[in-house]
Amino acid sequence: MVEALPGDRIHAFPGGLKLRHHKAVACEHPVKRPALPDRLYIQILQHQGESGELLVTDGDRVRAGQALTSAGDDFIVPEHAPTSGTIETITDHPAAFPPGGTQRAIVLVPDGRDEWVECRPVADWHNASPGTLIDHLHQSGLAGMGGAMFPTAAKLRGDWPQLRTVILNGAECEPWIACDEMLMRERAQDVIEGGLILARAAGAERVVIAIEDRMGVVDDRLRAARQALGAEDSVRIRKVFTVYPEGGERQLIQALTGREVPHDGLPQDLGVVVHNVATAAAARDAVLEGRPLIERIVTVTGPGIAQPRNFLTLIGTPFSHLVDSAGGYAEPVSRLILGGPMSGTALASDAIPVTKGSNCILALTERETAPTQPTMPCINCGECVRVCPARLLPQTLFRLIEAENLDAAADYDLSDCIECGCCAAVCPSHIPLVDYYRHGKDELVRRRLDRRRAALAKRRYEAREERLARQKAERQARRKAREEKLKRPEKAQDEIQAAIERAKQNKKT
Amino acid sequence: MKFELAGAPHQPPAASVGGVMRQVLYALVPAVAAHVWFFGYGILFQIALAVGFAVAFEAIMLKLRDRPIGLFLSDWSAVVTGVLFALCMPPLAPWWIAAVGMLFAIVIAKQLYGGLGYNLFNPAMVGFAAVIIAFPLELSQWLLPRSLSPGLPGLLETAQAVFTGRLPATLDWDSVTGATPLDQLRTGVRENLLVTEVRSAPIFGDFGGRGWEWIANFYALGGIYLLWKRVISWHVPVAVIATTVMISMPLWLFGPDTNPSPAQHIFSGALVLAAFFIATDPVSGCSTSKGKLVFGAGVAILTLVIRRWGGYPDGVAFAVLLMNMGAPLIDRLTRPRTYGH
Repeated sequence: MVEALPGDRIHAFPGGLKLRHHKAVACEHPVKRPALPDRLYIQILQHQGESGELLVTDGDRVRAGQALTSAGDDFIVPEHAPTSGTIETITDHPAAFPPGGTQRAIVLVPDGRDEWVECRPVADWHNASPGTLIDHLHQSGLAGMGGAMFPTAAKLRGDWPQLRTVILNGAECEPWIACDEMLMRERAQDVIEGGLILARAAGAERVVIAIEDRMGVVDDRLRAARQALGAEDSVRIRKVFTVYPEGGERQLIQALTGREVPHDGLPQDLGVVVHNVATAAAARDAVLEGRPLIERIVTVTGPGIAQPRNFLTLIGTPFSHLVDSAGGYAEPVSRLILGGPMSGTALASDAIPVTKGSNCILALTERETAPTQPTMPCINCGECVRVCPARLLPQTLFRLIEAENLDAAADYDLSDCIECGCCAAVCPSHIPLVDYYRHGKDELVRRRLDRRRAALAKRRYEAREERLARQKAERQARRKAREEKLKRPEKAQDEIQAAIERAKQNKKT
Repeated sequence: MKFELAGAPHQPPAASVGGVMRQVLYALVPAVAAHVWFFGYGILFQIALAVGFAVAFEAIMLKLRDRPIGLFLSDWSAVVTGVLFALCMPPLAPWWIAAVGMLFAIVIAKQLYGGLGYNLFNPAMVGFAAVIIAFPLELSQWLLPRSLSPGLPGLLETAQAVFTGRLPATLDWDSVTGATPLDQLRTGVRENLLVTEVRSAPIFGDFGGRGWEWIANFYALGGIYLLWKRVISWHVPVAVIATTVMISMPLWLFGPDTNPSPAQHIFSGALVLAAFFIATDPVSGCSTSKGKLVFGAGVAILTLVIRRWGGYPDGVAFAVLLMNMGAPLIDRLTRPRTYGH
């Protein structure tokens, strides 16, 4: 194994875009808690993996921090009640994924008293075993808060003998999202403590906090907090270039180490593991205070929002409630986006609730999205090639997918596309490239499934053929046996004939 | 409230095909102005004719192919093809040359291959190759630059020459036209004259041909504008010019009597035009960075080979077309290594 430590030198990754940032507008005010909404809609599945079993039913009274779904293996993360109240119902409710679709959600009517279950912190986490810490984080409902919602325990647990560094991702590269920046400004010490806890849990020696070079305030606060904690030796703060998609896990690793995660491998193969800074703060809350993950900072911003700002929001709060708390819609909003403009998901409705991965609600007007432009043929200009951080040939992939030549697209590493959207953003022909790649990837997955199904069907068919052949053989054997049996009476007839012959013979003589 | 669902990214597109093509046209303005100064109004007639035929053929073909005419005409690509073709024409070339050239460029090389984005060859160069093969005489009659000419034809005289093929009595073909510097050099060297002897002719300037060298400078100026506007990347122009220097320099140093200097190569003919405006055509060229370097180097090498041993004084058009054939393969061979592979 090669030593891979994020060094002092910051590396460039290929491609990417320098985008104009609009974060200041949401950073003017401190993070605020909105009023309690009438109802919380807690999706029972908020992470990659599967949902646990429901532990509550209609009419149940719950207290804050109480588990609503059970924890299973590392990919079954529990959900917790964000506040005290009554379970009204469990129903299908609009969700961000699949786009325009619904997800099962627990509807909680808060009672406003915010009564808590007893919090159980981990005593003396410095000496707790990694296993104990990981189990605790798992029970506390931790999943990645950067947007991908990968179960935290699953990322930490594993036999990673060379794991040296926990990287905390504070490089928020989408132009409008500011929740992580505000978190690091206001809770710098908690982020560092959380990073140290994650490092202990992962068996790593040090923490590297990556922030963007424009985050001067954050840098100062983190340095001060590090000093206050006496953690200068084990915590490094690194500024990376402000280039989109710097905050992508693989791009960030490349920027810090100059090395690439193998396409069929994991960051752990390089001795690093990446967690979002908000996940670190949540880990700190879970371990030091015994509080499960029930709230997060959400940026509510965009030209369509009257008073853009960051909210410390209970999981399950409908986006509409946050928009109201931000003064409502300022202009006719054409697109409501979860995440940033480059890679965010357009939402069909603002009834969708906050989940553990909801970092930003962005309301764009027609000015920013522009009415759909006609798509022109690809002119092979190569702009997409220039900006692709995965060093793909986006225009070639597009042509192959368009021609439904998916095997060739797979050969051109379609599956390595990180869907950052840089190619589509620069395409002068206005081709919705990312949509093509998603379609191509889905189709490849479907084909793989089909192939597996076909293989299964073939096995079934062969088994049936074999069974039929066997049965036929058995039938034939039985018939033969029967025929044998039938031959015997013939023999008997022969004997009778013989006896008659003998009698005749006797008569003659 | 209901909101529209759309795929990311959620932002207005940065550029458009039409915008890119218009930038190319803007970038050509200084060179065209210089052309008018040195060689008179002929170039404007050539541009008007070629653009007119290009747009007409494009519209007819789009109609026949049942494609949206307005959408594709507004991409300006036919106009760019017409202008680039016109820049390679002798200023007084008869009008039907443009018609034949655009027939090959737009109808055959572009629309019959599927229209914008699907042509394998640079349309303007296909048009040029067609007319230079078919009508070598008409394409060899170049005007002498202003300083050497007894008088450049005026607007009406130019119109008469272009549309009737006859010059007014006040001017005669032999006094106002001559071989291009590249042609003269080539003929001279083949007749065993020394390069220095050939270059002592009045048509040669400090670097290339009189007038020609200035037009080349203005092409480069336009090219720098395109680089600044990020319409083109540096790879192709640098590869074309650097390769030209790298190959012609040693030849010139070791045989200055028989080999023109690198400056002569660069500032005569269409090399600078090709470096910034023709070999950079995205559709028929390469799209990977390394591929663009290979493509540009190939154009330069083939140009020099054709100039030295080929049947035509300038070889840029054929060099570009030959490299167009190789472009898909070059792109394939210069495919970058995907992240993590």
